[in-house]
Amino acid sequence: MAVTVTRWRLQITGTVQGVGFRPFVYRVATALGLRGCVWNSPAGVVIEAEGPAGALAELRQRLESDAPPLARLAAIDVVELPPAGLGPFCIAGSQGGAERAALVPPDAALCPECRAEVLAPEDRRYGYPFTNCTHCGPRFTIVRALPYDRPQTTMAAFPLCPDCTREYHDPRDRRFHAQPVACPRCGPRAWFIGAGGTCTGEWAPAFAGAIQAGQVVAVRGLGGFHLTCAAHDPEAVARLRQRKRRPDKPLAVMARDLAAVRRYCHLSAAEEALLASPAAPVVVLQRRADAPLPAELAPGARTLGVMLPYTPLHLLLLAAAGTDLLVMTSGNRSGLPLARDNEDAMAELADVADAFLLHDREIANRCDDSVLRVVDGAPLFYRRSRGYVPVPIPVPAPAPGHHPTALGAGGEMKNAFCLVTGGQAFLSQHIGEMDVREGQAFFREALARLSRFLEVTPEVIGYDPHPGYQVSRLALGLPGTHCPVQHHHAHLAAVLAEHGVVEPAVGIILDGTGYGDDGTLWGGEILAGDLRTCRRVAHLGYLPLPGGERAIRQPWRTAVSALALAYAPDEAERLAEALFPGRPARAVLGMVRERLNSPPACGAGRWLDAAAALLGLCLDSTYEGHAATALAEAATGLAPAAPYPWRQEGKTLDLLPAVRALVADRLNGVPAPAAAARFQLTVATATATAAAGAAAAAGCQRVALGGGVFQNPDLLVQVRSLLQSRGLQVLIPRQVPPGDGGLALGQAVVALWRLTPTR
Amino acid sequence: MHQVNPPRLRDTHVLLGHGSGGKMSAELIQSVFLPAFHNPLLSNLNDQAVLPLAGARLAFTTDSFVVSPRFFPGGDIGHLAVNGTVNDLAMGGAQPLYLSASFILEEGLPVGELQRVVDSMAAAARTAGVQIVTGDTKVVERGSADGLFITTAGVGLVPAGLDLGTHRIAPGDVVIVSGTMGDHGVAILTLRSGMDFSVHLQSDTACLSGLAAAVLAAGGDGVKAMRDPTRGGLAATLNEFAQAAGTSILLDEAAVPVRPEVRGVCELLGLDPFNVANEGKLVAVVAPEAAPAVLAAMREHPLGHNAAAVARVLAEEPGMVYVRTQVGGTRPLEYPSGEQLPRIC
Repeated sequence: MAVTVTRWRLQITGTVQGVGFRPFVYRVATALGLRGCVWNSPAGVVIEAEGPAGALAELRQRLESDAPPLARLAAIDVVELPPAGLGPFCIAGSQGGAERAALVPPDAALCPECRAEVLAPEDRRYGYPFTNCTHCGPRFTIVRALPYDRPQTTMAAFPLCPDCTREYHDPRDRRFHAQPVACPRCGPRAWFIGAGGTCTGEWAPAFAGAIQAGQVVAVRGLGGFHLTCAAHDPEAVARLRQRKRRPDKPLAVMARDLAAVRRYCHLSAAEEALLASPAAPVVVLQRRADAPLPAELAPGARTLGVMLPYTPLHLLLLAAAGTDLLVMTSGNRSGLPLARDNEDAMAELADVADAFLLHDREIANRCDDSVLRVVDGAPLFYRRSRGYVPVPIPVPAPAPGHHPTALGAGGEMKNAFCLVTGGQAFLSQHIGEMDVREGQAFFREALARLSRFLEVTPEVIGYDPHPGYQVSRLALGLPGTHCPVQHHHAHLAAVLAEHGVVEPAVGIILDGTGYGDDGTLWGGEILAGDLRTCRRVAHLGYLPLPGGERAIRQPWRTAVSALALAYAPDEAERLAEALFPGRPARAVLGMVRERLNSPPACGAGRWLDAAAALLGLCLDSTYEGHAATALAEAATGLAPAAPYPWRQEGKTLDLLPAVRALVADRLNGVPAPAAAARFQLTVATATATAAAGAAAAAGCQRVALGGGVFQNPDLLVQVRSLLQSRGLQVLIPRQVPPGDGGLALGQAVVALWRLTPTR
Repeated sequence: MHQVNPPRLRDTHVLLGHGSGGKMSAELIQSVFLPAFHNPLLSNLNDQAVLPLAGARLAFTTDSFVVSPRFFPGGDIGHLAVNGTVNDLAMGGAQPLYLSASFILEEGLPVGELQRVVDSMAAAARTAGVQIVTGDTKVVERGSADGLFITTAGVGLVPAGLDLGTHRIAPGDVVIVSGTMGDHGVAILTLRSGMDFSVHLQSDTACLSGLAAAVLAAGGDGVKAMRDPTRGGLAATLNEFAQAAGTSILLDEAAVPVRPEVRGVCELLGLDPFNVANEGKLVAVVAPEAAPAVLAAMREHPLGHNAAAVARVLAEEPGMVYVRTQVGGTRPLEYPSGEQLPRIC
């Protein structure tokens, strides 16, 4: 008659803290009539359960099948123990410990239940901007230390009121152990500071008044500040652009809901799913041709970066302003990290914002919005930050057993660093530009914080050997074994690592400029390599960059440089003056001729710059990738029958024949979009052809695509299909950005593999 | 003295960059010359050595001149050869007295050209109040030298009680420049490049001993150190100060005087005017209380009308130089290192 009682200890690792996992376990275990306990440990969640073996098996199965939406289980380890007569099932407080696989969860967008409460006049959280529950709310951005419990977050400053206390302790409540739980009575509050000083009443009407008056408002949000203004007000948008010194770069917008998004943009199922996901990133969408939007939002662009309100505050902002669309661009001065504290923001943004919407929930970890685009049917990262950080990416280990912790220091621009420990890569949030002290301070702070979360100290450090990189200087100043990793090898390794590929592969790595093994600037690379080594098989031809970085900011200079190489001197001068009237084209030709501050570079981005300028699409670049984006936008939707001519001589893929053909087309009145599309196809064809040859020579079947140029959807699809048509397997970066935002992962993995003996 | 990593020479052969006055020059000196010649006077790495001799203090310096073209608006190689050495003495607070001059001449050099250079040297020496008292001449085969190289050495007396040098630089001190930055280097570049810039720039080559004396008279003991920012420009000088003193320096970009035409050429060529050479400018580090008097004295001097306080010495992050940019943000101002490779990806 007596049922045999068994006791199991289940150890669950992965993202299982701060996602409602323990209440979920409690509900399942009590429903199954089990006795025992569940608690958070630094290693994850531990369950001790006692009962019939069948019920225990059922529990284990439901942990996987019914886990809360935000949970990500890495592993469930089961140990059977002798029965101990455990008491009724309970949730115990968190325990400390040494092992550290437990993860800080990423921030999660407002869930439907909380959204409904915020909008329900009878609810006690009606109109409350900091509403959250175990299914949504701030996580990474408020955590100071692990385990993830309220006293370790910036919510520690807000003692719970009796109502919130009850919800927090009630296992049947959606807010059971929701660490940031709050209500208007006990939680953070928001206030508005306008021209007339701090607004004493409700913030919402004051905010609405400012937006409707065309003002720029700095809004403290989840991971930092946004600058917002009415998206339909061209003058307000122009003002924001001028003050932020951002003349052309597209501005992200926040749309009230999916219906609003559809009003302005085309939306595929994949794009909709991405927008509405818990990460709630900015998604780059195709704008409707007839969308009633001011051109100032994204001058010359056919796309628009859109996100949905991801906190109740954002929902309320849109409701208050009575609009379906607000500009939401990051609240920083150009090139500097996000402002974090109220005081910092008010000082830094004083000449940018007319008003401030502040709150008193401190930001522990700054985190910019993530940006993705659905490319070739699946999401591709442009920037991986809020909502994804610090979710780890599994990467191959060089040998079984314990490995040192590896740090990848990342690139100089759009920096993110990466810690690899225990076969997991933790890519940091977007840090930004490292050539300013403020960026370096943010790097140090974020590295210290993530190291502490993981309880690791980097032992091997992969860095970019570019002699001018401040980030590499910083990395060399950190204790550990330093390992230089060539820029494009790091890009290749990042793609291989996220796909778990340890065998050699060919890489097509296309970006703007990266320091090459020979001291020149690379970036049009066909490589063959693995996670340890790499060799250059072929590359695009070299173009001098007259004025160095100046040429990158002024693509017309690179165009003049291409003319100098493609034509006889007299002809080059005639064309340069005809195509770039009013520019010091002759002086730039002189610089190329005299090799005066004109370092040679072979980056695909530079060739695309030259083409964009030769076609009159972009002469001056005011943001990274501006000219390449203009070229890609012009070429969108066109399917040229054939590329321009090009040729391979030795390792060099010579695009000068294509330049001559493009210039001839321009002079013959061929529309710029058609020529742009053909030039882009030439880059795709030349690199894919060379890569296919390299793959055949090396006897490998895989070709990895990397580098920021692959943010261009058409180019990526062209290269991918050209390679597939030759029977090759194509690896596309899907977990980290193809550009320098993903560089650190490759650096860390290569450093780890190089410094670990072969198995 | 703050020195994180002793530099080691990675190159197996001498490269042009080793003479740039920037990072590579510093590496060459640290790895080849200093270990061989090691002595306390040399390791100060000041522009001049100060030698205690028979109760007096003798400042002693030497410099070689290989500029091309030899004649340029505002001066010539002879003028530079005298003023360069005189200025190195003056920056140590010395009264320049006697110079030597050695010539390496390439076979075939027109004597008339040599005569112009030598006349120019004589005139410069008269202006500076120094005498050229010894010399040497060598002629090398055609092709072994570019026309004419000059080496000068000089001695001067340092007034009793004067203590100038990077060891006196302290947090809180103010950095003052005597005028516009980059004039000489840009003037030479516009001539040398074979390009028509349609701007007329003059080298600023000048004797700085009068200006230096005025600075010392106005600032007294509050004057800590002086340099003339020649090769490597202001960036190299500030980096030398910061590293030798174990302090950091925060430069205010907007405060540094730069001629619009110099800015224009730098903009075109993609150069930073802070990395470009000057031949008649003085950079002084002074105690904050002495700064107003020094600034006023400079502005009254014919060579210092555009003087400005441009930077402050700070304690944190020893050895670093930062520039607060006009667009916002504080970026490191590096030791110039040959060609600047783009970092934008």
